[in-house]
Amino acid sequence: MWAYLERLWHRLGSPRHFYDLAGWWLPWLAVSSLLLLGVGITWGLLFAPPDYQQGHSFRIIYIHVPAASLALTGYFAMAVAGVVVLVWRMKMAEVVLQSIAVPGAVMCALALFTGALWGKPTWGTYWFWDARITSMLILLFLYLGVMALGSAIASPVLAARATAVLAIVGAVNIPIIKYSVEWWNTLHQPATFKLTEKPAMAPEMYWPLLVCALGFYLFFAFVVVLRVRNAVLEREAGARWVRELAGEGR
Amino acid sequence: MHPVRRTRLLLVLGALALVGVAVGLTTWALRENMNAFYSPADVVDGKAPVDRRIRVGGLVVAGSVQRGGEGLHVSFDLTDGKGTFTVNYDGILPDLFREGQGILATGTLAADGRFTAEEVLAKHDENYMPPEIKEAMEKGGHPGAKAGATP
Repeated sequence: MWAYLERLWHRLGSPRHFYDLAGWWLPWLAVSSLLLLGVGITWGLLFAPPDYQQGHSFRIIYIHVPAASLALTGYFAMAVAGVVVLVWRMKMAEVVLQSIAVPGAVMCALALFTGALWGKPTWGTYWFWDARITSMLILLFLYLGVMALGSAIASPVLAARATAVLAIVGAVNIPIIKYSVEWWNTLHQPATFKLTEKPAMAPEMYWPLLVCALGFYLFFAFVVVLRVRNAVLEREAGARWVRELAGEGR
Repeated sequence: MHPVRRTRLLLVLGALALVGVAVGLTTWALRENMNAFYSPADVVDGKAPVDRRIRVGGLVVAGSVQRGGEGLHVSFDLTDGKGTFTVNYDGILPDLFREGQGILATGTLAADGRFTAEEVLAKHDENYMPPEIKEAMEKGGHPGAKAGATP
């Protein structure tokens, strides 16, 4: 078992083998994410009951919470890739780091945007400078910074090291976002889902949310794998296997 | 692990720890400003500044909402269980403003303890449930019970 995992890890570390393996994953990721998103969003938007206070406007949770959760998870994954870049100098980690930045930034922007749309009818304002919302805005800027830094340096190796440092330093913001609603007084409510407690939400409302969240995660993985494969081809454009692959397509 | 990689790993983790401590100390030093609002206990204890624009947050005391005359004037008591004071407001309240609900008010505290709000925002809690369950829970005598609990 361990030997198999080690072999898999080494294969994933090689751009060529990653390209082949990931090609097998893509259709599975695409079909399962589309299926789960279709079921989850239809269930949440059409069949889940309205909330006793907010009525139908609470349904934005089916987009907002998965997007916000992915924005945090994506950044965390980017920071882990950053550690691998700096310590193990793995080529694939450099590619993964840059490939997460754009979809992560999109999820972060989506969470901020849906939050603003929900904030107007619920709180009475689109924007509020509390610790949760401000730290989420900083996360968006960190994502944009990683994107900008990655494309500002021409050498891929140097660009990867610089963005790795930024990704790791910015990871300090992740626990701040997560616990801001507990450490400080914020307008944003505390988490509805906790690992140790029953969710503060009726089951017929949280089941579609879990389906949506899983669908979002699989879709995110799909986009990242797609981007990684693309970046691998671009980086290895001179390699023989890529030229052979391009020859096949002709 | 290769010694060079171990050194690099320790350097990365050490740098992360230092940045964490720096950010932790900064937010600790700014903790007054990190909070979005003062609690009613702060207002009653005199911790909230007087004659300056501040924000207060708390629960609206049930039965305390009074509307005056033909205007929009409204006054209500705000509490957090440790202190209670009265908020005066001339304006439109958000849809989710209810007795017993959390709100945030921006305004000024006068030296005599009167608070005049310029803006009132509703704060939402983390509980979500369908209206039927809420009704059943109120009938069963659990108005504050958490969603998901059987009434």
